[in-house]
Amino acid sequence: MLELKNIHWKTPEGEEILKGIDLTVPEGKLTVITGPNGGGKTSLAKIIAGLYEVSEGSIIYNGEDITHMSITDRAKKGIAYAFQQPVRFKGLSVRDLLELANEEKLSEDKLCGMLATVGLCAQEYINREVDASLSGGESKRIEIATVLNRKGAELLVFDEPEAGIDLWSFSNLISAFESIKKNSNRSLVIISHQERIMEIADYVAVVTDGKINTFGPKEEILPTILSGNRQCSCPMHSTTKEGL
Amino acid sequence: MNEITEKLLTEISDYKGEFKGAYNIREDSDCVARQSSKHIKITAKKDKPGIEIHISCKEEQETVYIPACITHSGISDTVYNDFIVEDGANVIIVAGCGVHSDGKEEARHNGIHRFIIGKGAKVLYKEKHIGTGNGTGERNIDPVTEVEMDEDSYLEMDTMQISGVSHSHRITKANLAAGAKLIIRERLLTDHEEKVSSDFDVSMNGDDSAVDLVSRSVAKGNSYQEYHSVIRGNCRCSGHSECDGILSGNGVVNAAPELHASNIDASLIHEAAIGKIAGEQIIKLCTLGLTEEEAEQKIIEGFLK
Repeated sequence: MLELKNIHWKTPEGEEILKGIDLTVPEGKLTVITGPNGGGKTSLAKIIAGLYEVSEGSIIYNGEDITHMSITDRAKKGIAYAFQQPVRFKGLSVRDLLELANEEKLSEDKLCGMLATVGLCAQEYINREVDASLSGGESKRIEIATVLNRKGAELLVFDEPEAGIDLWSFSNLISAFESIKKNSNRSLVIISHQERIMEIADYVAVVTDGKINTFGPKEEILPTILSGNRQCSCPMHSTTKEGL
Repeated sequence: MNEITEKLLTEISDYKGEFKGAYNIREDSDCVARQSSKHIKITAKKDKPGIEIHISCKEEQETVYIPACITHSGISDTVYNDFIVEDGANVIIVAGCGVHSDGKEEARHNGIHRFIIGKGAKVLYKEKHIGTGNGTGERNIDPVTEVEMDEDSYLEMDTMQISGVSHSHRITKANLAAGAKLIIRERLLTDHEEKVSSDFDVSMNGDDSAVDLVSRSVAKGNSYQEYHSVIRGNCRCSGHSECDGILSGNGVVNAAPELHASNIDASLIHEAAIGKIAGEQIIKLCTLGLTEEEAEQKIIEGFLK
């Protein structure tokens, strides 16, 4: 279980982005964090993974205070994080990244299964470098694959996994999230504006202006958001397929 | 051959207790083993140190091993090796060099390699240079590679110099006839006070010839690297050169690419990027459980792979 207690975070320039986040992420559940652009969702995801260090507050993971723990140590504790903008590497191949995520050499069959989950054909990709020769959608799907297949990961954090991928791959991704929900006790935290992702959530948190505006079971929160969607055209309510 | 040579051979030429096919092993300025095959004849030069390798294998691709090792300080070896590749031949040439020193004096090997590549011939040339040992004497390697490529020939040069060589001045020159294709992949790693300069001069003289030159380098510690490439398009041709450098510590990379186009149909491109490892690359690998040091090492390994 992940507990965020009174989390504050300021940019290096001093602007306060997170203004006292209190949130308990239920174990083994899918929690979607949504809200308008600029509200602090990505900052919160980076705080969880250790990419940003809190200005104030504490983070408790499985009963342990990890507030000042490094990214590496959090990863070893089972926290995995998928970047919104995937990182490119000259020289590291898709196979290299997936083997690093798995901490072991992988057979072509295993690699094929991992890449198929995100809609990629292994034969075409396993030896390709994760560099600028990949399209945005391809590198995004590889990024997601490294997190879905991270060895020992118990808390999977995805920052806008839908951004930049096509509809078919998005459907695969939804299936992968549903499979994790059904077949494991891993917890999922997904930053998203997507209605289809919210529909498979167990819990939904709405972050607005650096604070948790609303949090609760999907059945309670989603109708309110969708009601807002009928009245508002702001980005958080962009739930059409074209929004992908 | 002595024990140090065996260790160096393992590093530079995938030696596993023996070579199969044709080979010539040079140790401390002398030949310690040589074998020709049906289609690859190796003979000693009479006028100066070195060998002539005559390659005629056409039906099946063969591999010939031409490694050179210096196993102690106080040796300065210069060797002249000529590779004559017949029209239509297909061969892999493995020509590494290891310089070992446990003493105070310099240990040096200069390999002067000349390639005459016939029409339609296909050559993969693999070259790995290393320096080893705890001596204070410098371990220096100054290789020169001169290539004449006939019509429609193909040469792929896969060269690597990893840490341990004190000073190195690498010179590569090539002349390409019509339809000839030259691929160069160079990887350099320097550390401590090491210095390396790598000069390329490629002239495309026949229509539809092409060169693709990619040099990747990592400069760590207080090391210094210079990269200078000249690509000359004298006809309808295409040339691409790319120099990517990673800096670590106080490492310095100085890249100076030149493109000379003297024909309206010459298409020449150069790309260059030098900088430290991007922070987000380190962070990504940390999210996969690597420490920052492990992440940097992995990124460098991949970059130079």
